[in-house]
Amino acid sequence: MNAALWPYLILILVGVLPNEVWRLLGLVTARGLDEGSEIVLWSRAVATAILAGVIANLILFSAGELASVPLPVRVGAAVCALAGYFAIKRSVFAGVVAGEAALVLGSYLFVR
Amino acid sequence: MSASDTARPSTAATFFAGVRSAYFSVFFLVLAGTYIGMGALAHGVGLSSWWLALSTILVWAAPAQLILISGLGSGASLIELAIAVSLSATRLFPMVVALLPLLRRPGTRLRDMLMPTHFTSISMWVESLRLLPKVPPERRIAFCNGLATGYMSTAVVFGFCGYYLAAGLPPMLSGALLFLTPLSFFLSTVRNSRTMIDKTALIIGLVLGPAFAFWKLPLDLMWTGIVGGTAAYVVHRVREASQQ
Repeated sequence: MNAALWPYLILILVGVLPNEVWRLLGLVTARGLDEGSEIVLWSRAVATAILAGVIANLILFSAGELASVPLPVRVGAAVCALAGYFAIKRSVFAGVVAGEAALVLGSYLFVR
Repeated sequence: MSASDTARPSTAATFFAGVRSAYFSVFFLVLAGTYIGMGALAHGVGLSSWWLALSTILVWAAPAQLILISGLGSGASLIELAIAVSLSATRLFPMVVALLPLLRRPGTRLRDMLMPTHFTSISMWVESLRLLPKVPPERRIAFCNGLATGYMSTAVVFGFCGYYLAAGLPPMLSGALLFLTPLSFFLSTVRNSRTMIDKTALIIGLVLGPAFAFWKLPLDLMWTGIVGGTAAYVVHRVREASQQ
């Protein structure tokens, strides 16, 4: 087989299929469910809890260059983001800016 | 064209309203930042920029792509990688189940649901749940497809940018870019959590997710969802029952 195509085969078999199977399972399960049904309500709660878990893990157990920022700085920056969000008219954009500013500032103050 | 035809926006107009709403949301900046980081990572690992673009279109899930690209770089076994990707993707199942009933009307064909199903990702899901109630039911599929097309095109373009900028990114900037994803997901989930059931699920998930990961519980995220989601659902039912 052509070696140039190998990464694309890996992409389909290791990346696309194991990922897409969950979406298709959702498509099949959602057939016939109506938007106010209890299963849909429960699914939304499950998805929200998983999402919250993903968010907390990304902040607490960071990968790449973010891992070199100390844990208290990362958690402090997330708290600053939340404070910025509530302080400035519940704006996600303002919260993200506040969190990023706190992260960069904290890194300069505590890393060197 | 009769008056009733002009009273509501056309399907194409709704699609482009979705695209526009993607470009003006905070997720535009978040996806741009995230995929600049993803491009730099793909470059470092030695994959081509076209491979990255194709993976963005076909996988369309940043955590899965992150696992795949960094795994291929570290030489992890392909079976282990496929399992890790699939575990990270379990969240897509309840997301699709919660989203599709908002899009379906009597007579909607299964194939009309294929694109919204593939397009389901955290950014698209969060924004759809927020914006769909304002969209007429018969236009919601077009709106979702437009929204996701806006996000996907952003991710592909900035993936290329990151790929060719890779060598020049200072480490502090790479760290700050990686922080964009959890911050924006965090705040937009807080914004979307208006009902008690959403708030409870969010708080329990924030605690259980890292606890299960720290204890190295197998399938930690799946259990976070099932335990946290069910607890939130039970709290909601008990409150409803006590109010009657």
